[in-house]
Amino acid sequence: MFEITLGHYLTVAAILFTLGVFGIFLNRKNVIIILMSIELMLLAVNINLVAFSAHLGDLAGQVFAMFVLTVAAAESAIGLAILVVYFRNRGSIAVEDINRLRG
Amino acid sequence: MTAWIPEQMVSALPEVFLALSIMALLMIGVFRGDGHTRAIGWFAVAVTVVAGIVVVGTSAGPGEAFGGMFIADAFSRYAKILALAGTALALILSISYIEQEDLARFEYPILILFACLGMMMMISANDLIALYIGLELQSLALYVLAAYRRDSLRSPEAGLKYFVLGALSSGMLLYGASLVYGFAGTTGFEGIAKAVGGSDSSFGVLVGLVFITAGLAFKVSAVPFHMWTPDVYEGSPTSVTAFFAIAPKIAAVALFVRVLVGPFAPIAAQWQQVVVLIAILSMVLGAFAAINQHNIKRLMAYSSIGHVGYMLVGLAAGTQAGVQGVLIYLAIYLAMTAGAFACILCMRVHGRMVNDIDDLAGLAQTRPLLALAMGVFMFSLAGIPPLAGFFGKLYVFLAAVEAGLYGLAVIGVLASVVAAFYYMRIVKLMYFDEPGESFDRLPGREVGFVLAGTGLFTAFFFIVPSPVLSAAATAAKSLFAG
Repeated sequence: MFEITLGHYLTVAAILFTLGVFGIFLNRKNVIIILMSIELMLLAVNINLVAFSAHLGDLAGQVFAMFVLTVAAAESAIGLAILVVYFRNRGSIAVEDINRLRG
Repeated sequence: MTAWIPEQMVSALPEVFLALSIMALLMIGVFRGDGHTRAIGWFAVAVTVVAGIVVVGTSAGPGEAFGGMFIADAFSRYAKILALAGTALALILSISYIEQEDLARFEYPILILFACLGMMMMISANDLIALYIGLELQSLALYVLAAYRRDSLRSPEAGLKYFVLGALSSGMLLYGASLVYGFAGTTGFEGIAKAVGGSDSSFGVLVGLVFITAGLAFKVSAVPFHMWTPDVYEGSPTSVTAFFAIAPKIAAVALFVRVLVGPFAPIAAQWQQVVVLIAILSMVLGAFAAINQHNIKRLMAYSSIGHVGYMLVGLAAGTQAGVQGVLIYLAIYLAMTAGAFACILCMRVHGRMVNDIDDLAGLAQTRPLLALAMGVFMFSLAGIPPLAGFFGKLYVFLAAVEAGLYGLAVIGVLASVVAAFYYMRIVKLMYFDEPGESFDRLPGREVGFVLAGTGLFTAFFFIVPSPVLSAAATAAKSLFAG
């Protein structure tokens, strides 16, 4: 009988995390997609934490996951707020338009 | 005296005080409005001073709070004093600036205090959860501060860049933390040290450590994770840039030291190579990339990347002397960076900020005292004896040589010779070029006091270095006691 082990959870989390990182670097269209990618990374971490927590029989991982969820919410709120301010001044949220500062 | 405080909260008293004071100031701000920003700013300075006194006053040896997640030892006290001092200096420098630049809203000092609270939490972190929460409390406040000039194009862009890259680095750090938790079986630093030191130290912990190192390198803006620094420094309001350059750097370097020298000390051989590489890259890039810069804020960004590289030299040594060197460097870096930014905040012509290096031309003729102060800070940043910056470098390089990292020390010295070029260029501009338009008068009397204080510290550090040296020695020792 096929069983889902810790390794499977870690693999899924690793894939999601990598997708998130690539989403930040490869996307040239829209900053909103970057925000979604960041969220994806944090959720991948949560899968890791909860899987480890269940595997170890230790609650700290789930507590950690709750903290990560809370902080992720605050982070998206601030990210969206900055994005709104940026859009008001620039009139665009395309990634390729974020070029006023050299670098 | 402290009987009315729950036993296990005593160690966290400075943070509790700071948090409550921020709430109180926030209420005052909400009810009295933006007109009272100056008063709130000075209250905020007073709060940091009192918090500093509380930090010193609760120095009854190492203590823990929140079930061992939070630790107050000599190391954290030293770093907290520096972070509070940096915050206070940045606040003092901001007070007149935000009024002149039409940024005087009461949230400004409060956001800076929140960032400071986050820094103190991360300096005292003794658990991966506490580390993450402290780091995020600091970062979230900093993202908002970077975008604070909300009617301009550059400041929100700086905030956006900082946010995206900062969130990416937090994500990496967090992924590393989850792996370390899984393979070490605990989030507490002592438990991790035990698990890592055991014979079954696994590959998973190592991968986690790499991610955590990458995330922390991002926060201290070490190469190759430095891309955000010049843009954020240039785009943010100058007083915010001054804060970025001073306080968060101190806290992040202190956190870097605690994580690597604390829980991951048993696998020092593994992280040492990584830190050596990061240190070399930072020093070299900081030295070469700054040569072409014309904007003084960008120049200071590359300069700070280079200085982080020198600090990491001490960390790479991994010894008590190395950590002591890092701590001394932090104190000196704090003074000279605050002074240099006080000078930069004085660069106003006809009521407008100018940021070009060429605007400093002939400053010695129009504003001799300001030019003298700027000269002292530039010579000190370059590491010319007998100014303070020289001693900072001396101790980290000595520690590196003692630890057998000769190559690293040689590269460091060579990089600082190259870096001396662009610091000297500013001095040459001020003293030997034809003056342009004269700068306005000092933005406020308090800026003059900061200039004088940091200038005297930087210039005459060599006469009485012992208080800083002995405090740093005690702090470094507390990290290696267990």
